[in-house]
Amino acid sequence: MSENAPYNQLVDHLFRHEAGKMIAVLTRLFGMHNLSMAEDVVQDAFVKAVQTWKFGNIPENPSAWLMQVAKNKALDILRRKTLFDNYSSEFSKYMKEVSNEYVDQVFLDTEIADSQLRLIFACCHPALKEEDQVALTLKTISGFGVTEIAKALLTQEATIQKRLYRAKQFIQKNNIQLEIPLGAELAQRLETVHTILYLIFNEGYNSAKADELIRKDLCAEAMRLCLLLCDHNATNIPASYALLSLMCFQASRFESRLDENSSIILLAQQDRSKWNHELIKRGYYYLNFSSQGDEITVYHIESAIAAEHCIAASFEETNFERLLCLYDLLFQMKPSPVVQINRAVVLSYTGRTQEAINYIFTIEDLEQLLQTQYMFNAVLGELYTKNDEPQKAKIYFEQALHLTQSEAEKKLLRDKIADIKITMLN
Amino acid sequence: MKDFMFIFRGRTDRPEMTPQEMQNNMQQWFAWIDKLKKKNIYVAGEALMQPGKVVKGEQPVITDGPFTESKEIVGGFFVVKANSFEEALELAKDCPDLPRGGTVEVREVMKF
Repeated sequence: MSENAPYNQLVDHLFRHEAGKMIAVLTRLFGMHNLSMAEDVVQDAFVKAVQTWKFGNIPENPSAWLMQVAKNKALDILRRKTLFDNYSSEFSKYMKEVSNEYVDQVFLDTEIADSQLRLIFACCHPALKEEDQVALTLKTISGFGVTEIAKALLTQEATIQKRLYRAKQFIQKNNIQLEIPLGAELAQRLETVHTILYLIFNEGYNSAKADELIRKDLCAEAMRLCLLLCDHNATNIPASYALLSLMCFQASRFESRLDENSSIILLAQQDRSKWNHELIKRGYYYLNFSSQGDEITVYHIESAIAAEHCIAASFEETNFERLLCLYDLLFQMKPSPVVQINRAVVLSYTGRTQEAINYIFTIEDLEQLLQTQYMFNAVLGELYTKNDEPQKAKIYFEQALHLTQSEAEKKLLRDKIADIKITMLN
Repeated sequence: MKDFMFIFRGRTDRPEMTPQEMQNNMQQWFAWIDKLKKKNIYVAGEALMQPGKVVKGEQPVITDGPFTESKEIVGGFFVVKANSFEEALELAKDCPDLPRGGTVEVREVMKF
């Protein structure tokens, strides 16, 4: 590759990231109810870029070029209407006619982050269904296409279309405004945003079914948006930092979780030198920021748990007693079976496997979880193996095998069952 | 070696492509250009502004067009070196827009 090959000048995902920025600025001018109009302007700007750049000449500042095209198109549209009334209420309050100065101001670099934030709050509107919020966020702020979202979330394109349609209808009907909430409302709305970003991150981090590339994109996107929260005065509260640090710690292990055959490598067997130490460093950096103030959120605890794993030189050297305390704390804040099953695993690593098994059987509605959730079976299988009860272990592993769709997980379980059969023969 | 002009025609309507797909398409073009440059056979290439105007008639009349809505609009051109027409045609087959309905017209540049 020659040094100034034109394609080196383009940042990965430039279009996708610019799409989110342009939509944020344009919806602020047009109003959120004109989201589709903004999407058309963005699409036209990209078409123009592709048509002129592909013959080998890229403008010096591609982002600025795209923004300028979007701005010109926006001005055309606004002039045709001459009144803001049909567009953004933010502007129609102040003025009757389109003025270039106003448009210029919205397109200022300093305003773009602000606009993106407003858009995030609109897309993560608590009155929307969570799945609709996820789809709308990925489409609107992250510039993903319907096909890409469907692929990443392992659903049908039609399903995603339906979710986006439903979300847009809701926004129009309820006249959702692009604003950064204030006061007590801010904390609540921000909590929803955190939930959605964490959901997006976990979709990327956990689902072993979708292809690796798109999953990484999802994680990177969730982190990019979370960074946006941390970079803005209105939203850089401790919980935002805690969530970002948690994502950094988790993402640091992204490369070491699967081997070359896409088999899962468990934490205990992972090559810790392969963990991304730059991300771990960043994790600590943000965790530090998150400790300002006296608010403690689940993200703080989860991040502390992730940090505990990162700090241990080897799996055996992990401070499991401390992890157990953290899980107790987490359970107080977020009482859920998932927290309990994780606590049980940690408990067994402190050498109390029988106690861990007993603890699992105290989980509410365990019978139903065992019938539907692969993980509860897999953990029980694991603990019974450790406790020298191979027959029981085999039953749970087989049930787990039956419940998972993931090829990587299936392979892992089959290996475990095979191991048990060998032990039972001996 | 002779010079050949590649004239690229394609659609300009709004495609059903995601931002990433559009960027990928563009990067395929860059990779193609780079390949031609490395072989030292890429002479020039430019995009044409849209829309154009047409001057026509004895008493020249200027009309709009060709319209960007039309299916076949010239988007740009390359000048590429090749030993023969056949070789030029082979090179043109690498055009990334062929699967999307784009066309390449290959013409030898006349030299006296």
